[in-house]
Amino acid sequence: MNLVRHSWHMTVRHLRGLLRQPWWIAISLAQPVTYLVLYGQLFKRIVELPGFAATSYITFVTPGIVIMMSIFGGGWNGMGIIMELDNGVMDRFLVSPVSRFAIIAGRLIQMSIILVVQTAIVLILGVILGARFDGGIVGLIVLMVSSVLLAVPFGALSNAMGLTLRRTESVIGASNFILLPMIFLSPVFMAPALMPGWIRAVARFNPVAWAVESARSAMSLTPDWSLIGTDLLLLVLLTCAASWVATKAFTSYQRSA
Amino acid sequence: MATTDPISRSLAIEVQALVKTYPNNVRALDGLTFAVPAGTVFGLLGPNGAGKSTTVKVLNTLSRPDSGIARVAGLDVVQQPDAVRRSVGCVAQKSGVDINATGRENLTLQGQFYGLRGAALKARVSHLLERFGLAAAADREARGYSGGMKRKLDVAMGLIHTPRVLFLDEPTTGLDPEARADLWTEISRLSGDGITVLLTTHYLEEADQLAHKLAIVDRGRVVAEGTPDSLKGELSGDAIQVDLTHAVEESRVRAALAGIPALREIAIEGATVRARAEKGGTAVPGMITSLEAAGARVASVRVTRPSLEDVYLRHTGRTFSQADQGGAR
Repeated sequence: MNLVRHSWHMTVRHLRGLLRQPWWIAISLAQPVTYLVLYGQLFKRIVELPGFAATSYITFVTPGIVIMMSIFGGGWNGMGIIMELDNGVMDRFLVSPVSRFAIIAGRLIQMSIILVVQTAIVLILGVILGARFDGGIVGLIVLMVSSVLLAVPFGALSNAMGLTLRRTESVIGASNFILLPMIFLSPVFMAPALMPGWIRAVARFNPVAWAVESARSAMSLTPDWSLIGTDLLLLVLLTCAASWVATKAFTSYQRSA
Repeated sequence: MATTDPISRSLAIEVQALVKTYPNNVRALDGLTFAVPAGTVFGLLGPNGAGKSTTVKVLNTLSRPDSGIARVAGLDVVQQPDAVRRSVGCVAQKSGVDINATGRENLTLQGQFYGLRGAALKARVSHLLERFGLAAAADREARGYSGGMKRKLDVAMGLIHTPRVLFLDEPTTGLDPEARADLWTEISRLSGDGITVLLTTHYLEEADQLAHKLAIVDRGRVVAEGTPDSLKGELSGDAIQVDLTHAVEESRVRAALAGIPALREIAIEGATVRARAEKGGTAVPGMITSLEAAGARVASVRVTRPSLEDVYLRHTGRTFSQADQGGAR
């Protein structure tokens, strides 16, 4: 019960902090718009390749952009915890009986709320640019669920990294090293059928691929529910593992404090 | 509450043979031992790097000791960290104020962590804002607060759940003299409330002013313990400080002063010569004559009653400012 209450108080704190930084809100809303317009234009003619299957690139790439925002949002979330370590706020939390889980959960819930808003913007813009979502409302819900289930574990791991490395440079380095390859080793921008065999093989173990695959399938005319179910289950398992790692990171922080 | 033996009951803090080594092999605590009776202000005095902040971090569960025993309010900090967190309040060396939130929001969130809710929480928050003179600024974002206001907000947050023990880790570092004096008044008022305060400081006057009892910490150990007066009382006689116009070879100074039996505990540090004498005033003329005869030029002479600086020098063999500059952590 404390866990839920503390997580809620932490979420409120983060949302309030966010609302006091209008420029930050502007950037996080402008970002998905830029991504969608740029990538949509750049790769527009890719669908003409034989074997691409999709006929409209904007329809194909819209869920991909949402998943890309999700992995970036999660991956960079640990930067905030380093700021809180540096400005003394984290130590104040840790000497109080506040639930350790809630410290991370508050950050991740706020991130998920931002993500859902960003997703809505991308979807609306996608429709304006000519995308069609045949899967209807169910498809859109699966997209939101997939993107949150991807952002939360990566957010938890990013926070764990922040708590352990405690330097923004290290987290920037590690995130850059991991995030971009994960996007390119997945069908975010390219149809699986046209990816080199080895990338297709690697993508089977890539959470970004799970998320984009389940979303795209659910948003199509013929959703493959066993595929969607498997992908979402894998993402849930990843979320549990990452939460465990993040809570353990507090113990390691305490040992070196 | 948990098992408490009769001795622990009257002791708010008990620390025995505490050892803590950091991953970079810095031994911050090296067998630290002290005890704080309930309801008193206890000062940990030492230069930067002496282990004061590490001690507080172990006592407030932020850090785990390698070995040794630490009990706060009768609770073991390693075995019962949650119970310890509920019974202590903390004001860290670095402010923990969230500058994106208002003073009231900071206090309210802190209260929520301790399970305070509704009208009781509201009343407690308003009371503390009032008490620390922050009522007028309560609904402004803390980023606009002065250093002194932030510090008071830190103390107020530490008190939100009416803890039995309050840790103040270098509370006045970085404050201007006026804000410092202001905070001193607040800290003195706290001890009137029956709360036990553990105060760390590297300001000698601060320990002298506020602490009922203090321990001098050096390199992770307690080197002296007692009331400020009893510690100063251990030093009989006056302190003499002679500043030379330029540094002279130490052996020559020592040789020159060896002939004056009234002088004890002679210490030479650059161009400064320190010594003690039962009657400082009468020892000075002979001292000056001998020094000038040895080729040293005297720039100034000062005779003072014993201070905590002298206590520190006596127990560690270093002056306070010397130790402060050499401090690592």
